[in-house]
Amino acid sequence: MKVAPVEVDRPAGDEVHEPDLPWIVIVWNDPINLMSYVTWVFQKLFGYPREKAERLMMDVHTKGKAVVSSGPKEKAESDVSRLHAHGLWATMQKDT
Amino acid sequence: MGATGDPIPFRREGDRFAVVLPRGAREAFRQLAEQYRDLLRDEDPSSDPGVARLFPPAREDDPLANLEYEHAAHDGLMAGRLANIAVVDRTAANVTLAEEELLAWMAVANDLRLVLGTRLKLTEETTEAEFAEDPERSEAYDLYRFLSALVGTILDALPEPVG
Repeated sequence: MKVAPVEVDRPAGDEVHEPDLPWIVIVWNDPINLMSYVTWVFQKLFGYPREKAERLMMDVHTKGKAVVSSGPKEKAESDVSRLHAHGLWATMQKDT
Repeated sequence: MGATGDPIPFRREGDRFAVVLPRGAREAFRQLAEQYRDLLRDEDPSSDPGVARLFPPAREDDPLANLEYEHAAHDGLMAGRLANIAVVDRTAANVTLAEEELLAWMAVANDLRLVLGTRLKLTEETTEAEFAEDPERSEAYDLYRFLSALVGTILDALPEPVG
């Protein structure tokens, strides 16, 4: 559920050091990796239960991509490189 | 994979895995791993699309960040891949494998699938018939399917990752 944001007066310059916007890690569909392998990688790397890993895999497969993790920049970088080590096509970007 | 009655190639036995692969299949896999090591030594992402597939960019549209990522991540990714190849080379004839060794087999098999699949420009609709007229590509596709079966049967043998 989403609630309309409340307008607040912020001191000038507040947005300059905005709190760390979370980064998101995206896995893109590719025609080579097996569906069972992609599910296994999501379970193995992120500790997701099988059901969640399968849902993410199906999102990658049918929608072309899925957000598989999020967090501070360092975590996103580490997740991307672990996914690359397992041969998945992953990128990271600042959540907007 | 295979007709009914084929032995299951990887079978969990306690904390180890029995490998029931014909000697020819083991030797083929070991040789492929060796060729893969040569490929990593001789080529780089700019010279070979198959190698490029193993070291993808980390951002969709940020060349500078990708350059930084390449500097930070490439050596670690390369070391991991070479370590997996070394495990396959060392254990290719083993009767049983530890789980870490089996994981290295799967990683090498999957890396090789990525290299071959990229070279063959596979899509989700690709069938064998596409390569019927081209013996070289047909052979590469056979190897690709052999490696797919390896990855699939290793996944079947592995315990569920802890969720």
